[in-house]
Amino acid sequence: MFAYYLDLALRSLKRNKVLTALMVLAIAVGIGASMTTLTVLHVLSGDPLPGKSGELYYPQIDPQDARGMMPGTLPPEQVTLIDGMNLLRAKRADRQALMEGGAVPIQPDSSAFDPFYVEARYTTADFFAMFDAPFRYGHGWSGADDEAHARDVVITRQLDDKLFNGADSTGRALRIGGSTFRIVGVLDDWRPNPHFYDLGTGSYDYYEQVFMPLQTALELHFDRNGSVDCWGNGTGGQEGSAYPSPTCAWLQFWVELDSPAKAAAYKQFLIHYSEEQKTLGRFVRAPNVQLRDLMQWLDYNDVVPSDVRLQAWLAFGFLLVCLVNTVGLMLAKFMRRSGELSVRRALGASRRALFAQLLTESGVIGIAGGAGGLLLALLGLWLVRRRPSDYAALAHLDPEMLAVTFALALGASLLAGILPAWRACNVSPALQLKSQ
Amino acid sequence: MQIQPILAALRQHKAGTVLIALQIALTLAIVCNALFIIHQRVTHLSEPTGIDEANLFVIGNQWADQSSAQQVDAQMQADLATLRQLPAVRDATASNSYPLVGGGWDDFITMTPDQVQKTTDASVYFGDTHFLDTLGLKLIAGRNFRPDEVAPMSPHEVVTPPVVIVTRALADKLYPDGSALGKSFYAMSATPTTIIGIVARLQRSEVDTWSRPYAYQALIWPRRLDGTVGTNYIVRAKPGQLEAAMREAKQGLIAQNRMRIIDPKDGVLSFAQVRHRAYDSDRGTAILMGIICAVLLVITGAGIIGLTSFWVGQRRKQIGIRRALGATQRDILHYFQTENLLIAGAGVALGAILAVGLNLWMMKQLAMDRMSLLYVLAGVVVLLLLGQGAVFAPALRASRVSPVEATRTV
Repeated sequence: MFAYYLDLALRSLKRNKVLTALMVLAIAVGIGASMTTLTVLHVLSGDPLPGKSGELYYPQIDPQDARGMMPGTLPPEQVTLIDGMNLLRAKRADRQALMEGGAVPIQPDSSAFDPFYVEARYTTADFFAMFDAPFRYGHGWSGADDEAHARDVVITRQLDDKLFNGADSTGRALRIGGSTFRIVGVLDDWRPNPHFYDLGTGSYDYYEQVFMPLQTALELHFDRNGSVDCWGNGTGGQEGSAYPSPTCAWLQFWVELDSPAKAAAYKQFLIHYSEEQKTLGRFVRAPNVQLRDLMQWLDYNDVVPSDVRLQAWLAFGFLLVCLVNTVGLMLAKFMRRSGELSVRRALGASRRALFAQLLTESGVIGIAGGAGGLLLALLGLWLVRRRPSDYAALAHLDPEMLAVTFALALGASLLAGILPAWRACNVSPALQLKSQ
Repeated sequence: MQIQPILAALRQHKAGTVLIALQIALTLAIVCNALFIIHQRVTHLSEPTGIDEANLFVIGNQWADQSSAQQVDAQMQADLATLRQLPAVRDATASNSYPLVGGGWDDFITMTPDQVQKTTDASVYFGDTHFLDTLGLKLIAGRNFRPDEVAPMSPHEVVTPPVVIVTRALADKLYPDGSALGKSFYAMSATPTTIIGIVARLQRSEVDTWSRPYAYQALIWPRRLDGTVGTNYIVRAKPGQLEAAMREAKQGLIAQNRMRIIDPKDGVLSFAQVRHRAYDSDRGTAILMGIICAVLLVITGAGIIGLTSFWVGQRRKQIGIRRALGATQRDILHYFQTENLLIAGAGVALGAILAVGLNLWMMKQLAMDRMSLLYVLAGVVVLLLLGQGAVFAPALRASRVSPVEATRTV
């Protein structure tokens, strides 16, 4: 029966090509626009570490002075070096890592390369295990290496390919910023998007190529970058140090806690820590702590650009108009065929059969519109990729979104077909046939 | 034209009527909000920076080796001397940032050192005695820096300089009575800085939403910032020699000292490119909104044509009867035009409410500004015209139905 309905649908659609084209086009344009913006939104609001993100937390404490203190003020988004080291050494979580971004000059031995700068991450031993960073060769460094200010470095596969043609470079020496480091590990491709562990350096399309122990980098006065929040009168630096003063928060601290109970206990620990620091006179404010998990942290930071959200909403409004338009056109088309439908009714077709026949026809329009919409979405994403924004390169259609495209197109067209089909099969056949 | 019979006829086509009205309403709501956004973004795009954009370019220069601050300072002075000697170059300066670079350095400004709430926020530029001439800034009060006021400074040891040049926007914000020259303020430090000069206009280094309230509020401190990573050179070419100057400058710097990294792709940018990058997302959004508006209007127009054509086809016999009873072609034409006006009128009335509602919702969700009702008015006019335009062809066809149709059976 379905094949017969399909045949009828195709015949009917062929009969009025302009109207058919208009309906298919309306659905295609609506679907194309929605899928383009939805794909960008989907890519940007994705989970950077699926399966792991629920166990990663970002603690915040409030070491600020009394100036500008108001109830409900939020703690700074980063930690000071002192608090970071205290929390790191307290080891109250399953894993913890303190980190900061920077840039270091790489000075290759071979004369084939000029020296060049790469983005670097100064962090502590647990970083790799905590964030599931995959190693191609070797491994990370240990907590003891952290305390010993070891000249150890982990590089990415990309840098390994460039400097050592992709060979296992562990154990080899690398000159960075005038000091000699030993390569202990090479990371495989690892590009979490968004760059969740430090949003201050850019949320998307920012990748470090060098990872080294934080305390080593601090000792060598390597340049840091990222945001600095200061209070009191300390803008820039401390005398004799290349880094922000003790009244500045500029490092990121992450912990791994594998159960909600542990998270609750860790929050208590943060409150205790704040109280203890207040007793010592370092903190002035009442304990003001936050412990957000990874996805909450991304949400709190509004990582997805508001323009992207605006465009997604706009595109859905657009799809809605296209749908209303299609409903109107289908209504016109189906009602025009009252005569033909009445003949079928008179010959014994049930209303249900007519309804199924008409919905098949709208389904065919939906599939055609979906295919057109897919082409338009691919074109739209290609245009998005050509734009220089930092997330542009990520805009690709994945199989999941491909399925969503067709589901949306089919669903939308069937929805649009319901009212016209229902009205058309309620036409009373006797009256129709008589009036002709 | 009598409205009563039209309404009676529409009652026979409730579903179609409601659909067209709804489509017009939704289109109006989206189109006027989109127009509002486009206008906002386009205004934003054309904001002046106050600098000689046509002849300016910037060089992002990084040091290839880790040197001391003294070495960096000596190298920067040598580089500036090299740049200023080039035949196509008028002047050059080194700075931490430049207008529209995106990001950059900003300080909270207070009138007293122990003030709790900031008075305002200013974009911070560091420059030497050549800064004003290089950027082409107009000094409207006071004087430029003297050579003895310019000193090197490490970004790690920031000490507030005693003198500062500010923009008129900042001066007026701090001293609304116009007496800013010679007065002082505090920029997150215990020591004050005194205003010795005021420039007419200088855009901030970032034009993000958060900094909108502080537009054009910027200050210049007489320092060479010896960043150990690198610095920006801002170069002003002689009129009409921008391209030559851009070529000469890069070659000149590399000839001066090879131990530097100038990105081959975006190490040297003309100011036109800087502006293009800074406003790229605004331009992109405006274009996208424009396309969506246009396509939406076309689809709505096509929908009206489609449904009206259907109605005309359905009513051929009635039209024939009316014509046989003495109605002129013009009467039939007016009938369909009035019918469309009634439907579109209902649609835009609903649409105006939806448009304002949508704007209120976006103000809450996406931090949008309040839309002026003029946009709604413009949208109403556009949609009513669109409706009349779309209905014209089917209505004309209807008016040409011959009276003889009355006697035929279909």
